[in-house]
Parts: sequence; structure tokens; C-alpha cells
Amino acid sequence: MTPGPPGTGPLALEVDGVAFAYPDGHQALYGVSFTVRRGERVALLGPNGAGKTTLVLQLNGVLLAGAGRVAVAGLPVAPEHLREIRRRVGIVFQDPDDQLFMPTVAEDVAFGPANLGLRGAELETRVKGALAAVGMEEHASRPPHHLSFGQRRRVAVATVLAMEPEVLVLDEPSSNLDPASRRELAEIVESLDITTLMVTHDLPYALQLCQRALILNDGRITADGPTAKLLSDTELLAANRLELPFGFDPAALDRR
Amino acid sequence: MGASHAHPLYLPGTSPLHRARPQCKIAATLLFVLAVVATPREAFWAFGLYGLLLAALAAVARIPPATLAKRLLIELPFLAFALFLPIVGHGERVEVLGMSLAVGGLWGAWNILVKGTLGVTASAILAATTPVAELLGGLERLRLPKALTVIASFMVRYADVIADEVRRMRIARISRGHDPRWIWQARAVAASAGTLFIRSYERGERVYLAMVSRGYTGSMPVAHDLDATRAQWLAALAVPATAVLVAATAWGVRL
Repeated sequence: MTPGPPGTGPLALEVDGVAFAYPDGHQALYGVSFTVRRGERVALLGPNGAGKTTLVLQLNGVLLAGAGRVAVAGLPVAPEHLREIRRRVGIVFQDPDDQLFMPTVAEDVAFGPANLGLRGAELETRVKGALAAVGMEEHASRPPHHLSFGQRRRVAVATVLAMEPEVLVLDEPSSNLDPASRRELAEIVESLDITTLMVTHDLPYALQLCQRALILNDGRITADGPTAKLLSDTELLAANRLELPFGFDPAALDRR
Repeated sequence: MGASHAHPLYLPGTSPLHRARPQCKIAATLLFVLAVVATPREAFWAFGLYGLLLAALAAVARIPPATLAKRLLIELPFLAFALFLPIVGHGERVEVLGMSLAVGGLWGAWNILVKGTLGVTASAILAATTPVAELLGGLERLRLPKALTVIASFMVRYADVIADEVRRMRIARISRGHDPRWIWQARAVAASAGTLFIRSYERGERVYLAMVSRGYTGSMPVAHDLDATRAQWLAALAVPATAVLVAATAWGVRL
């Protein structure tokens, strides 16, 4: 297991005092602040309904914060540079069927870079590179709905990698995966040299892939620290409706 | 989750028909059908020639006749309607097997039967030799409004996903003892349909969100290169040209 290296580079992601309420009045985020440095892999942990997905959608400007500031590699998320922001932040959504909508895998991977204005050979190189990064080159011409669920999730990762983002955001990457697909995806994530924010409530997966973790609960960041340390704090986990799977020994974590 | 559905209509192959450009094939099919429809119904020999032409194409594309015949079944409901024409038609009548049938109705039924069958066969050959994605690309090449081809491609993409959802909902219903036999038990089915609509609608929103996140601004990027050369067009149009010739001759003979 090689959790991501500690970030020492420049800031890849700055979230400062972000608050957000949905139009129906439901307040989802109450002043969230954190930063992620380039090259870091950070887990964003939290129970269902904590505001994780809402926070993720702030990062690429699909939802715009009511208060506070989000910046990606120095560029603030604002309506005037949404296109560049959406290139910089690549979100892999939870259900690959939502993400893959083109007739073939290759066309789907090409969708993002083509929206960025890439054409011809350059576009093809991007598509090939992204599919190679997730080990799906040989499926380029297949329709996405003929792939297995694990393969579809990998293609979903490729669709985002093809845009060469600064930050990769994975929303519940391990959900609905069988153990083998789960391991394959972990290997892919580990092989990528890219700043990653992994949104999940799969705590062992977070521990395996991310050295640092944030806990989001009720629209607030309630903890920020080394994943192993947070996960061995039983009281902290309980207070945030997080639980380790049966048989997982928090004491053993501490000694790691 | 549906993992290994095959394309229901496409039969993989490498025949000249498979390799032809989709836009040429679509245009050729359309022209062929128009020629068939424009042929006078009394010209039996012309329909025979059309049939031979299609049989030859199916042979070239290596579509098994049995497969093709099975796909023709889709026209049955329309034929059922055609069968009524001789019975309810007015005018001159003839006795066939003790039934009094209208001559005009018989001609009408024959007209529907033969032209319908030829048209369905032609489209079945097109569908068997062209993957759906190419078909959509071809339509786009023929200047069909982009919005329509995009809607069609989404439909194709999500048909399986939604069908799967319907199947899961049905299994969940019958697992809880639902056994719909009577019309008043339709309530649960109707409720499922409503739920399905909401879910599909919400999925639409999530797909749109995912598209926007990848830089979508309202226009789809150009699909792969499907340019057809003059030779490809000529080769594809040879088939409907023959059909037009046959139709013209049929009219010429009649006049």
C-alpha cells in the first residue's frame, strides 16, 4: 500500500469559507475551508447527506458558492472562466451510466477534449493515452453499455483524464464494484500522477489510497489529518456517523 | 446491470454492404422504397424484380434468409389491417372460397402487402449491415438536424439502461407477491411507470451535469470522419437506380 505522497508543491485546490444553500432554502454547506497541494491524494469522508456531492459540484462551478471562494491551481471559480475550470477539475461521477452517453467508448472519451477544441490527430492521441492509462485501449470501439460495470467506471475515469485535469475528483469510486474491480481501480488511481480528491464513505479504500483525509459532516469540515490517525479515533468516527467495516481493528491502524 | 447485450439488429460482417458508407446506404434505402411505392400495383413482374434485387443484396451481405424472415414479422400488425380491406371494401366483388371479397379491396391489400414487405426487407438489410452508431453518423451526414440525431443517440444509449430498470422494478414487484392478472391490479404497474419516469428524468439531469462538467456548452463535438467518395455514392445508388428504372418501365408498359 502506497498512500499518496504528502503535498509539498503549490496549491492545487483552495476552498475558503464556502457556504451554499439550494434554491429551496436547504443549506448544504456552512463555511467549508481546506486546501490540497499538488500531487496529494486526499479522501473526503462523510456520511450520506453530509454535503459531499454539493461540495464537489462547487469545485467545477456547476454550483456557485453563495459565500466564500474556490480556486483551482490559482484560478478562481467564477462564471467568466468556467471552461478552463472545467478542464482543470475532472469529476468522475458515481454512476458511470450518467457519464458515458456517446455511442462508443472512444467517442465518449473524446467528448471532453473535443469540447476544449481539440481535433484530429491531437484528439486521437489524447483518447488513446487516456484509455491506455485505465487499461481499456482494446475496448475503444465498443458501446459503453456493453462493458461490465468495473470497465465502465474505468472508462469514466478515462473520459476525465483525457481533459488533462489539474485535479481528479472521484465520487464514490468503489461503489458497486466487486473486489477485483475495486483493486484494479485502486491500482489505476495509484498509477496516476495527479492531484486527487476522493469522495467516499468506504474507509478502508480511503486508507489504502490517501494519506490525508478530510471529514465533512452537516456541511462543515470536522476533521483534517492523516487518514490512519482519523480512522483510529473511534469517537471522532462515531460523532460523524462513520464506521469501519466489521473486523477492522482501529488499534492496528495507529501502529502503521 | 446489462453488460453484454448485443446490438439487436446488426449482424457483424465484412461484406461490401457492411463497408459501404452509412449515409450512402440510408439514401439508397430511402430511394429504393420510394421507387417501390411509386410502382403501379398491377405490375407483378416489377415486384418480382425488386424481390430478386433484395435477395441478391441479402446474399452479398450474408444475412441468413431465416433471420431476415423473422425480422419481417414486425409488419404483421399492418398486414392484419390489410386483410380487412377485401372484406369491408365496396364495389365489384368476387367469390373466393365461399367468401364475397371486394376486388378493389383485394388490390389494396396486395398493394400494402407487397410494398410493405419490400420496404421492411430493405430496412432490415440496412439495419443488419449498419451499426446504430454509424446509422446516426450517416443521418447527420445527410444534414438531419443535429438535435434530432443527438436525441436519437441518447435514446439508443439509454434504452438498455431503462429496460434494465424496468426489469428490476418488475422483479422487485413480483418478489413481493404481485401477480397482475386483472385490470384493477394495474395500479402498481402504473405507479412503477410513474417512478420510472421520475428516475429517467433525474438521470437526464445527472447526465447533463456530467456533460457540463466536461465542458459541454450546447453543441456536440463533430463525430468521426465519414466522408464518402463519389465512387462510394455511385456504387450505393446503383441499387435504387435499378429500382427507379424498373418502376419507370412498369409505368411505361401500363400507359
